[in-house]
Amino acid sequence: MNSDIHALSGAYAVDALDDIERAQFERHLAECPACTSEVASLREAAALLAETTPATPSPELRDRVLAGIANVRPLPPVVAEQAEPEADVIPLAPRRRRVVSFLAAAAAVVAIGTGGVVWHQLSQDDLSRTDEVIQADDAQRFTQTFPGGATATVVRSKSLKEAVVITHDMPAAPDGHAYALWLQHDDAMLPAGIMPEGPDNEVLLSGDAASADGVGITVENAGEEPAEPSGDVVALFSFNT
Amino acid sequence: MVTDTNTRETDDVDRLRPVADGAPFEEGAPAAPEQNQPHPAQPDLGELLRACGRGDETAFARLYDATSTRVVGLALRVVRDRAQAEEVAQEAFLDIWKNSGRFDQGLGSPLGWMLTIVHRKAVDRVRSAEAATRRDTTYHQQNQPVDHDSTAEAATASLEARRVRQALGDLTQVQREALELAYFGGYTHTEVATMLQLPVGTAKTRIRDGLIRLRDTMGVGS
Repeated sequence: MNSDIHALSGAYAVDALDDIERAQFERHLAECPACTSEVASLREAAALLAETTPATPSPELRDRVLAGIANVRPLPPVVAEQAEPEADVIPLAPRRRRVVSFLAAAAAVVAIGTGGVVWHQLSQDDLSRTDEVIQADDAQRFTQTFPGGATATVVRSKSLKEAVVITHDMPAAPDGHAYALWLQHDDAMLPAGIMPEGPDNEVLLSGDAASADGVGITVENAGEEPAEPSGDVVALFSFNT
Repeated sequence: MVTDTNTRETDDVDRLRPVADGAPFEEGAPAAPEQNQPHPAQPDLGELLRACGRGDETAFARLYDATSTRVVGLALRVVRDRAQAEEVAQEAFLDIWKNSGRFDQGLGSPLGWMLTIVHRKAVDRVRSAEAATRRDTTYHQQNQPVDHDSTAEAATASLEARRVRQALGDLTQVQREALELAYFGGYTHTEVATMLQLPVGTAKTRIRDGLIRLRDTMGVGS
């Protein structure tokens, strides 16, 4: 990647990137062990700043926190095998092992703030196309913020005829359901894909986004790809504003 | 578009007010003496986290007791409102519990890992509250100058806090200001650049340089 993106490591370590930059940098982290290592060390440094601002919590907080965890099962550990496919190109020299552990680290780093693993498999084509849309000169952004801080952003490039949905901290869809994505053409909603599980996603929509009037997100039964929306509407983004 | 009207007003007010020394603590005990410094009495947080990963609630209670003043202090410093800070802390502790089995000591310290989670949640909180207000007022109208020296002194300084402040003193003024606005203010590097009247794109460099110097002075990280 270029040197510009490396320079974002400090801002990333202190959460000073906007959602778009953060998504880009996290993709960069997956392939840059140097930045992954640097981010880890800069986060250590940043956490020291909290030493200067102690505050005594209310006694009630302790009760609430301890009551809150009692019914929640800790997630299983990330098992090392998941990183193995990254290592099959080069023999496992010690140095390469380190790279692999950094990659696993990157996945873990992305996962922590959100309570779920967001590392999903996307083909290289999808990744670069997503980048192209986000970085397009004519990219338009439409963001909605939900109570609790979750956000969904639609980025559309008319020239590329594509749109990307970027979610951040989205609560999981109800059990047995998934978020479905739609491109609105006049009054019709055309299926544009299903959002992978996890709070943070970037999804390239299928369909012609240039002629579309907007994007919709609905809740549908998991495992189905209905031809038209049948469930609750989570968000609507109009391109014509 | 959904907005959170409960938090809007308090956030507005808090964001508008320049930070006075110690201001974030006004509703709480003034920087209570820490019983949980990383010194002899400190339990092994890594060990506690591993026990949490196995579902050990007693270990989690000990982890809470050892870290809650830092967790709440950081949340309070960023969101400024005590009730919201405790909500952020509660969410963060729940996340820490859920992900405790995934903590990898090879990647950093237990406390660093925990505070990273807390910080992200606190920043998310101020940004989402702010997004609701930005539609009504322009960014510049909302943001008054901030007291850049806001971390200079607190009433009581732990040993570690004194070391950190000394290390911060080694940063250039602009590095320190940029770092504090980003970390404690929850501002993006682009916003920081505007607030400090830096050329676009240079605040991120100042933040990174400041963190590197702080890291190297304190001897943390890799």
